[in-house]
Amino acid sequence: MTFSDWIAEPVNWAFLAMAIPMVVAALRVVTSRNVVHAALFLVLALAASAGLFILLSAEFVAWVLVLVYIGAVVVLFLFGIMITRAPIGRETNLSHDTRWPAAAAALGVFAVTFWLINGVTQQIGGFGDPLPAVGRATPTGILGEGFINRYLIPFEAVGFVLLAALIGGITLARKDLTPAEEEEGARV
Amino acid sequence: MVLTQFLILGALLFSIGVYGLLSRRNAVTVLLAVELMLAAVNINLIAFEAFWNTAAAHGQIFAIFVITIAAAEVGIGLAIILMVFRNRASGNIDELDLMRW
Repeated sequence: MTFSDWIAEPVNWAFLAMAIPMVVAALRVVTSRNVVHAALFLVLALAASAGLFILLSAEFVAWVLVLVYIGAVVVLFLFGIMITRAPIGRETNLSHDTRWPAAAAALGVFAVTFWLINGVTQQIGGFGDPLPAVGRATPTGILGEGFINRYLIPFEAVGFVLLAALIGGITLARKDLTPAEEEEGARV
Repeated sequence: MVLTQFLILGALLFSIGVYGLLSRRNAVTVLLAVELMLAAVNINLIAFEAFWNTAAAHGQIFAIFVITIAAAEVGIGLAIILMVFRNRASGNIDELDLMRW
């Protein structure tokens, strides 16, 4: 498939309309000098990836992403930024001073992944064919059946992990009272 | 749409996350970079699911597991950052060098 064939498909314009803002937002997440802006750019990147999931006919996952990430995780981040008094507003030392090793490592990761994608494409083939699932919505019932049949034990394990994270988060974040304060609390 | 375009997008996003992970000093922004990397992994999972088109949608189930674990990770991570901030009055990870040689 040549590039002119690829770009002639309207669905690829939708892909580009989401992928380009996504990459730009991701770059701003890691370079922004303002923590709050970085968190809000993460919202943009995740919203774009939810859009891509809808293009790939994974509607349920897209809305889970919107609910869990944009609804909960980013709010948690914003609270975390406020509570840790991470520098709100423009801040110059949010990143290390020498950043070229990080850039080199990132470029290396991209180069290796690109090389792997190239190699696997030639090995397996069919990567350039139209995706079969596109345009056919996945019934959410299939996912539910997967969760209570084949993936029941991982599902329970993930539930346990969430419980542990909840308890751990509360235990870590609560302030230990001094004995005098505890007595005060017991009387009230 | 073909599979390769999603794989390259995922690789790009993951590399941006690696850059953020290594170049950021502030612990909250490091966690933001980790979230980007997890989002890249999710794109790969969903794209491969659309490619293989399994009857039981295994890729989507794994993506939901990744989202759940990421949520737990953020909760614990921010609680740890809060602890560190309370004890050291700083949110910069390069100042946490107690275990450094």
